[in-house]
Amino acid sequence: MGEAVVVIGVGNPDRGDDGVGPEVLARLEGCVPDRVRLVRLAGADPAGIIDAWEGAGRVVLVDAMVSGVAPGTISRFDASDTPLPAGLRLASTHVLGAETAVEMARALGRLPGRLVVYGVEGGAFTVGEGLSPAVAAALPLAAERILEEVAGA
Amino acid sequence: MSTPSKPETRAISVDYLARVEGEGNLKVRVRDGKVEIAEFGIFEPPRFYEAFLRGRRFGDAPDITARICGICPIAYQMSSVHAMESIFGVKMEGALRELRRLIYCGEWIESHVLHAFLLHLPDFLGYQSAIHMAADHREAVEKALRLKKIGNDIVNLVGGREIHPINVKVGGWYKVPTKRQLEEMVPNLEWALEAAEWAVQLTAGLPFPDVEQDYEYVSVCHPDEYPFNEGRLVSNKGIDVPASEWNQVFEEVHVARSNALQSKVRERGSYHVGPNARYSLNFEKLHPRAQRAAAAAGLGKTCFNPFKSIVVRCVETVHAVEEALRLIDVYRQPPRPAVSFTVKAGEGHGATEAPRGMLYHRYRLDDEGYILDAQICPPTAQSQMSIEDDLRRVLEQYIDLPDDELQWKLEHAVRNYDPCISCATHFLKVEIDRG
Repeated sequence: MGEAVVVIGVGNPDRGDDGVGPEVLARLEGCVPDRVRLVRLAGADPAGIIDAWEGAGRVVLVDAMVSGVAPGTISRFDASDTPLPAGLRLASTHVLGAETAVEMARALGRLPGRLVVYGVEGGAFTVGEGLSPAVAAALPLAAERILEEVAGA
Repeated sequence: MSTPSKPETRAISVDYLARVEGEGNLKVRVRDGKVEIAEFGIFEPPRFYEAFLRGRRFGDAPDITARICGICPIAYQMSSVHAMESIFGVKMEGALRELRRLIYCGEWIESHVLHAFLLHLPDFLGYQSAIHMAADHREAVEKALRLKKIGNDIVNLVGGREIHPINVKVGGWYKVPTKRQLEEMVPNLEWALEAAEWAVQLTAGLPFPDVEQDYEYVSVCHPDEYPFNEGRLVSNKGIDVPASEWNQVFEEVHVARSNALQSKVRERGSYHVGPNARYSLNFEKLHPRAQRAAAAAGLGKTCFNPFKSIVVRCVETVHAVEEALRLIDVYRQPPRPAVSFTVKAGEGHGATEAPRGMLYHRYRLDDEGYILDAQICPPTAQSQMSIEDDLRRVLEQYIDLPDDELQWKLEHAVRNYDPCISCATHFLKVEIDRG
């Protein structure tokens, strides 16, 4: 019997590229194996994220990232055993970013067995706008990469 | 199946967008042992929004201003809808009014617990951040996270969405919850009441610097209620006016050393808004358990030690949970989610109590309800001169400390105010020119 798998998309759809997490999840709808649960979160509240992966053995979290590389660039971090790189910022219109939630969960001993974080570099976070063209163009690849992660679940 | 993770060595720059709530800078000059603040500023998104609002319809204001701050969207919505309603002669009553208090309870719980436990407590316990603190204080952090989430749950349920709630509108609500939906939150709120009392007890035991300042405290005051949405502007030094007279009593001034506008009491100067001000001006209106928790924590009926704001935030959290339970108990779903009104020209004012202090909005509308002019005075700008006074005192006392220790003292002093900028671990850019 396989373990439960959760894919979490964090982001605010009203803040331009910050909405990439939920947009990637929309593309996964109907394509993932039955055992995979998709959870959209508007913000990175640590308790909200910990609740979302409660009981899951494997988790993939996808969020917008602000690191200075070209918008649309997809980065993958295996956060299961090693902390996310110091200084990593997953974009947030809220006070805490998802990177804080992940590291807080690690400190509390509440990480799932396996956690992979995908960051999609954002370019514009304008209020009331959708994804910028570069980030929208990255959606198929991001969805494909995550499908590979959860294949066989 | 998995690809190797290689970006770990890449340099990552942190720009303003990553810490979207704001940023501060402080430049200090020391000459012959005398300290002078050369520059002090806090980045303020609201100024941009004032211009952005002109030409929009009145109904856009709550939605647009809610996006100013991810931590206190309800405060922005409340001040804007009440300002608009004052123009149209709409008065919130009964369940519609109670829901507005309930959603504010959620925001206070969420914001106060976040600030007290994840931002302020690490300062007191000597941790670089809440993450570092969490490993040593697991139980406390877990409890705080659960308590904070109960606040989020109220905002989600009543506001329709967590980060930028969309359910509030001029005249009431788009949709109101059922009694049963609210009652489902009761078991969690009962747990939260005890957790909030525990939070008061825990923070009361922290080591506090023995400082009291002669602040002018300003808050909204209501004759019967601890203030959220409604009341006069009152201070401990004689101010007692309706919100519509904000600009007669206070003024916003440009100070050469600051890139932002600072508010001052016209006749006197700096003033202080936030939990300590509310508490000291409204103690008698706190619910009984909150009053008892305060007494057990050794707080008097007033509190002039800015560092003890962490305890006062926890006392206000007890009150907000008690108030939420009371509001749910008396709630009867109203037949209509909003009242009707006629749009007209005029000027309106709204002053409500954001978790970090009084938030004032003023709008002038034309006869079709388009915004001609908007003014938004956030709590952080209102307390800015008071923050600067506190920073000067810290500098005078500790100027001989090494820069990194001094920076920590300065950030701790700013954090007492829970300003919008306090979310980043090191939010204050400090430059000290020691001559």
